[in-house]
Amino acid sequence: MSRFEAMDGNTATAEGMRQINPDVVAAYPITPQTSTVQTFSQFVADGEVDTEFIRVESEHSAMAACIGASAAGGRVMTATSANGLALMWEMVYIAASNRAPIVMTVVNRALSGPINIHCDHSDSMGTRDAGWIQLFGENPQEAYDNAIQAVRIAEHEDVLLPVMSMYDGFITSHSLERVQIEDGEAVRDFVGPFTAHDSLLDVDNPVTYGPLDFYDFYMEHKRQQVEAMKYAKRVIPEVAADFEKHFGRRYGFFDEYRLDDAELALVVLSSTAGTARSVVDSLRAQGLKVGLLKPRVFRPFPAEELADALRDKTAVGVMDRSDSFGALGGPLFVELSAALKIWGVPAKIVDYVFGLGGRDTTPAQIESVFRDLAEIAETGEIKQLVTYLGVRE
Amino acid sequence: MATALKLKELYKKEDRLTSGHRLCAGCAAPIIVRQILTAIDEPVVLSNATGCLEVSTTIYPYTAWQVPWIHTAFETAASTISGVEAMYRSLVKQGKLEERNFKFVAFGGDGGTYDIGIQALSGMLERGHRALYVCYNNEAYMNTGIQRSGATPLGAWTTTSPVGKVIPGKPRPRKDLTAIAAAHDIPYAAQASPHNWRDLMRKVRKAVAADGPSFLNVLSSCNRGWRHPTDIAIEISRLAAETCYWPLYEVEDGEWKLTYRPKKKLPIEEFLQPQGRFRHLFREENKHVLEELRAQVDRKWRQLLKRCGEEE
Ligand SMILES: Cc1ncc(C[n+]2csc(CCOP(=O)(O)OP(=O)(O)O)c2C)c(N)n1
Ligand code: SF4
Ligand SMILES: [Mg+2]
Repeated sequence: MSRFEAMDGNTATAEGMRQINPDVVAAYPITPQTSTVQTFSQFVADGEVDTEFIRVESEHSAMAACIGASAAGGRVMTATSANGLALMWEMVYIAASNRAPIVMTVVNRALSGPINIHCDHSDSMGTRDAGWIQLFGENPQEAYDNAIQAVRIAEHEDVLLPVMSMYDGFITSHSLERVQIEDGEAVRDFVGPFTAHDSLLDVDNPVTYGPLDFYDFYMEHKRQQVEAMKYAKRVIPEVAADFEKHFGRRYGFFDEYRLDDAELALVVLSSTAGTARSVVDSLRAQGLKVGLLKPRVFRPFPAEELADALRDKTAVGVMDRSDSFGALGGPLFVELSAALKIWGVPAKIVDYVFGLGGRDTTPAQIESVFRDLAEIAETGEIKQLVTYLGVRE
Repeated sequence: MATALKLKELYKKEDRLTSGHRLCAGCAAPIIVRQILTAIDEPVVLSNATGCLEVSTTIYPYTAWQVPWIHTAFETAASTISGVEAMYRSLVKQGKLEERNFKFVAFGGDGGTYDIGIQALSGMLERGHRALYVCYNNEAYMNTGIQRSGATPLGAWTTTSPVGKVIPGKPRPRKDLTAIAAAHDIPYAAQASPHNWRDLMRKVRKAVAADGPSFLNVLSSCNRGWRHPTDIAIEISRLAAETCYWPLYEVEDGEWKLTYRPKKKLPIEEFLQPQGRFRHLFREENKHVLEELRAQVDRKWRQLLKRCGEEE
């Protein structure tokens, strides 16, 4: 039986992990992810899971141990934030190229320096080219649901790629919300048993993992990762459809809110979408044709689908919770701009970098974005390509 | 019954590291690996740090390994085997895998062990994984072209501790990693050398029988980096033991024990002279470095004798 509970994002994630009952977890504490690891430690200490929990001495070792454990033929999960993800960066790439279906929760936090513990997306955006599937969740419910779906996506025969499941540090990780927790048996049924491929523990059929790979084969192996990502684009909606059948909640590449007939569109990831929705409602009440698009899947980037969803918009405002210093703008903006151009979407597009290091983002700021978009739509002119919201200039 | 440590029995065992690998002719590393893997009768699963051994044995699509083997990165042999071993325990505990007394062994060079991988090694030892970590110690980063490491001895030439007009080789002594590993209070830590293969294989057997982590530091001659002829790998290992430059000992449940004591300790020059990396120490102006190295070796030897309860 499913049940409703008041839970924060980290507790909901740990509860999902308890139900998934992975064979091995290797993790290291870092704010704001820590309570996930603590809660899960208690499950281990109370014998509620079969998991071997490796309390590693660093995140670099966490990911190395995850890769070893995954190659040894079982289900592996971990969680981290910011500097932890940065420290494991070398291994994050190796996990993907080993085609290790590891599921990692990344509780988004600003990267040092200066050191900061609050939310932005610089950590996971820094690994956007590492070969991991990346899912962004808005609230504790999505954190829980994405963790469960991530297992199925990662382990799919045609994919075999690691998956990162993100949600906003503190805002989602530490805020209580109503979460529908599904029946444990039903969750285990949904994720199914782990199927090992070329396990290191199959000693009668020895395999070599991680050989030296030069110019004669390296490129083919990279090309295979590209192909796996393409398959992931097919598998992610399949898993979502099955998830909806089991549990009734619907997921796609992105979520639309009053977007259909909108002329001005805002695109923003994760928890900020909640605030944006209320701004959309109040502006709609004033007669402005505004709408919201909240991407869930950042890798593989659903470029064509996004372009289609924005095809008839006049102006698009992207809100980026991380910057890409020296680039045209934030990562979401740059990728979406390319998608619109390539798929022939005429909409004007501008970027708003916001919320770095946990800077509060107000409804008034989001409203100002829509006001800018209205002006751009009216004049056809972009005055400023990238705007920094709520910053002292 | 374990295979007797006799050549006429051991040679019948199949090679777990086959020929065809690309390690240099005369390199001690594959000899050491074969001795270790031959000593173990049980199924083994290996992890290997980046370095000469790794790059030379697995150029895709070839592999010289006849047993399961994983390489992830340079500093991760210990953390990777930790994950493998944890998965084994998990699957066995859950009844998903048959218990077959697997042995888990990690190989790392001195760079991957003394330096960049020391944290991961320390973590593996502290957490109590049932795995043997072997450092094949050629006393420098050989794979990247002979750079100094924390295992490079005082005065040795390397490409990053070159012999210059004002600095004659490495200005600092090597660290005592075997003692550092033993200080983790693990069931078994030892030093070994391939010329004394029976001693080495006996240590491997003790290490993998231990109910917990174990550590083995094996001196591994590299003719490229040590600058000696390609046919003296075993002889130079013997000289390292006879001069007490590389004593053979073990630390079993905290008990220190010499496993070989030279009848007559040879002068350190016997070990240094055949090696080009020490050639400059025989020049008049560098005599003081040679004397300092001798004093260090002697001091460490006396310290070891004391720890082992042996008379000087
Ligand atoms: C993180 C990282 N830093 C540096 C390197 C470059 N590197 C590869 S092997 C190596 C030296 C290996 O030395 P050692 O561990 O002593 O093994 P050996 O080659 O001497 O057998 C270095 C510096 C690397 N691969 N990864
Ligand atoms: S460089 Fe030295 S350690 Fe490396 S393979 Fe050659 S002899 Fe062996
Ligand atoms: Mg070395």
